[in-house]
This record gives sequence, C-alpha cells and structure tokens, in this order.
Amino acid sequence: MPDLVTIAINGAEVRVQSGITVASAVLTVRSGFRRSVAGELRSPVCGMGVCFECRATVNGEPQQRTCQLICEEGMVIEVDE
Amino acid sequence: MSGESYDCIVVGSGIVGTACAAKFAQDGMHVAIVDCLGAGLGATAAGMGHIVVMDDSSAQFLLTKYSQDLWLDLAARLPNSAEFQKCGTLWVAADEEEMAEVERKHSLYANHQVPTTILAIRELASLEPQLKSDLSGALLVQSDAVMYAPAVAKTLMEDAVANGAHWIEGEVTSIGHGSVDFRDGRSIKSQRIVNAAGERSAELTPGLPVRKRKGHLAITDRYPNFLHHQVVELGYLKSAHSVSSDSVAFNVQPRITGQVLIGSSRQFDESPEVDHAILSRMLARAVEYMPGLASCSIIRSWTGYRAATPDKLPFIGPWPEDDTIFLATGHEGLGITTSLATAELLSAFFSGRTPVIPMEPYLPAGTRLVSHA
Repeated sequence: MPDLVTIAINGAEVRVQSGITVASAVLTVRSGFRRSVAGELRSPVCGMGVCFECRATVNGEPQQRTCQLICEEGMVIEVDE
Repeated sequence: MSGESYDCIVVGSGIVGTACAAKFAQDGMHVAIVDCLGAGLGATAAGMGHIVVMDDSSAQFLLTKYSQDLWLDLAARLPNSAEFQKCGTLWVAADEEEMAEVERKHSLYANHQVPTTILAIRELASLEPQLKSDLSGALLVQSDAVMYAPAVAKTLMEDAVANGAHWIEGEVTSIGHGSVDFRDGRSIKSQRIVNAAGERSAELTPGLPVRKRKGHLAITDRYPNFLHHQVVELGYLKSAHSVSSDSVAFNVQPRITGQVLIGSSRQFDESPEVDHAILSRMLARAVEYMPGLASCSIIRSWTGYRAATPDKLPFIGPWPEDDTIFLATGHEGLGITTSLATAELLSAFFSGRTPVIPMEPYLPAGTRLVSHA
C-alpha cells in the first residue's frame, strides 16, 4: 500500500500517491490547467519543465510549473476553470 | 510603379511614418509610404508604448502635451488590439530631494492645465502595494496612457491606404533631389520626401546628428493585478540625461494580459544582442523598487534602438541641404507619444497653416545640427 498525501485542487481535496508531481496529480482529476490569452484551455505537453503549459498557482504562488513540483501534504493548487 | 510621382513620399513605416502618411493622405495628398518591414516592426515594436507628458524642456513639454491630447481624441477609434489604457504614470520619489522634484513637476503641469496628484507614501502604497515601503511619495499624472504601438501603427497604415496612400515594400538605399531609390533599382519621385527612418535616418541623410541609443526590455508571465499604473523612478531623468555612460532606471508598465513590461536601459552600443550585464542591472533596479518582481518569471527579453538627438528634441521640418527632404526623426524614447504631433506639424507646414504649437524648437537648423556627442 503506497503512502498517500492529501492536496487541494480548486478547493476539492484529492488524495494522491506520495512522490508524484503536482502535474500528475492534477491530471488524475482534470485535463485543463490554464487558459491562454485567447481563452483556450491548455494542458501539459512535455512533463519536463520546457513547454510551460502546466503552469498553475501553488500555495498562492502564481505561474508555477507543476511538472517540476512534487506533491506535499496540504498543498493548495489552483488551476484555470 | 517605377518613376511614379507623388505629392509626398514617407520613408519609414514606424509609428512616426505611419502617422505622417495617414495625416497627409487625409489632407488629400497623393502619398507613398515605403519601408523594408511592415508597419510598426522596428523601434515601434521594440519600445514600451507609453504616452507620456515630459518636461525635460518647455519645447518637449509642449510637443508631448499636444500629442497626448491628439491620442486621447484618437483613442475611441482604435481597435481592441491597440490595448489603449489610460492607466496614468506614477513618478516615484526615493528621497526628499526627489520629493521636491515631485512638487516642482506638479506646479509646472498645473500651469499648463495638466492635472496631477501628489501622493504621500501611504496613498502610493494603496495604489501600488508591490512598491517598496520606504519611498517618499509620488506624482500621479492621470492623463498618461499606454498602448500596444505596433497594432496602432498598423491601424494608421490602414487609414493612410484607405485614403489612397500607396504602401511600397522595399529597401531604400538613398533619398534626395526629388528621388527615393531602392536597392533593386526602382525609384519613385516627389518634391517632398519625409525621412521618418528613425535610428536609420542618418544613413539616408548623412550629417544628421541622430545616433542609435540601445535599450533593453523584459516581459514577465501573466500576474493579473500585480501592477496598475506605469511606474517610473524620478531618478529616470538623471539616467536619461547622462549621455556619456550606460545607465538603467526603474520603469514598469502593466499590460492588459496581466504581464509586466520591465525597463529601462540606455547605451550607445551598436550590437543588437542582449547585454546580460546591463540586463541584470536593469532587473536588479526593478526588484529594488518592486521586491515582488523577484518571484515573477521573465518570459522574454530583447533590445531596440532609439533615434537619439543631442538636445533630446526630434527633428521636424525641412532639411537645409536639400529642399526636397523633410525630417520626422530623432524622437528618442518619445516617438510613440510625439508621432501624432509630428504629423500635424508637418501637415501644417506643407499646407501653409499656422501650427497649433510653434515649430521652431524642432526645426533642423542652426546649432541643433552641430553634433556635440
């Protein structure tokens, strides 16, 4: 039984396996991460910090690349609706 | 087209050239506008797009104020892509000496019917909470605005073409004696050739004291509500004045997207590459005034050239060495602001009307043509 951590994604509690990235955690509940200037919903492409499509607000810090962050207990993630 | 004759040929399709072409075509002249790039793709695209009243000299004040009034009239007609926002400028004072400058500017602007507000540190902090807390205060100039200048140049070009102007793409190698000559051998004719080639204008009109003054800008990712006004340090004036050495100043602008445009630097340097040493100094200066910028991501940085003159005023009017050449160049960091007034002054000159403000300070004549760089 793997360890689990609890994070919040747009206010909803989500329990995920510890050690996974925030981007992976968000993908367990939704595919859209951010809206472009034109309003299009965007999703991660590369998973390695290059495409910048996985940006979200993490613990109040905007525009964080979630594929470069490991989930920690109590993390608060906000993605564009 | 080769050999075709026009009432006026405008060389350069930046904000100044497109403003001139739009105005002259509206006046009923048969106009050609020529450039090797499309509208607004040189310094117009590289700069900040700040429409600002400046008081370096009374001539500069009159020109920037006149032009700002023209922009505020035109704003309602601009497309959304112009991103015109009357966000105002905050001139921030770091110490009591700069606060005295705030008061001097306030009185001077009031004498010219430009309303401004002196802000104490507490009021400043509520308008721009990201600014550092140990400033002395600021002057708010409410009528200043920002816009996305390349989109505006495109609109002015469309206005010119709608009024019959010909847009001609090509690299101009020489102008004079009634002829504009292209690298590919074409030439077109006019008794009025307007050199609006900005930082390249001295190549086309040798002897003109216009030098390239390099600047850097950086833009952040989107941080909505991080910044609300164009914010400039009052020390900017000292920086812009120092002609001899490289300088940086804190100058930030909010974009409609939530991005923050960060400037500024001044260098006499011919290389177009980003100079990382001066970019670092510029960003450090910005972080000093606005500490929260340190955790913002910069997504792009670039350089551009201002067309600088020895006395900080543009050249607008006839070139004494060739009676077919007229100048609309040397606007340095104020070309976006002063483009519309430049077009109005030349239009008045060509038609024999009395201009709204005296043209003498901007004429390319007398001691202004002696380079003291």
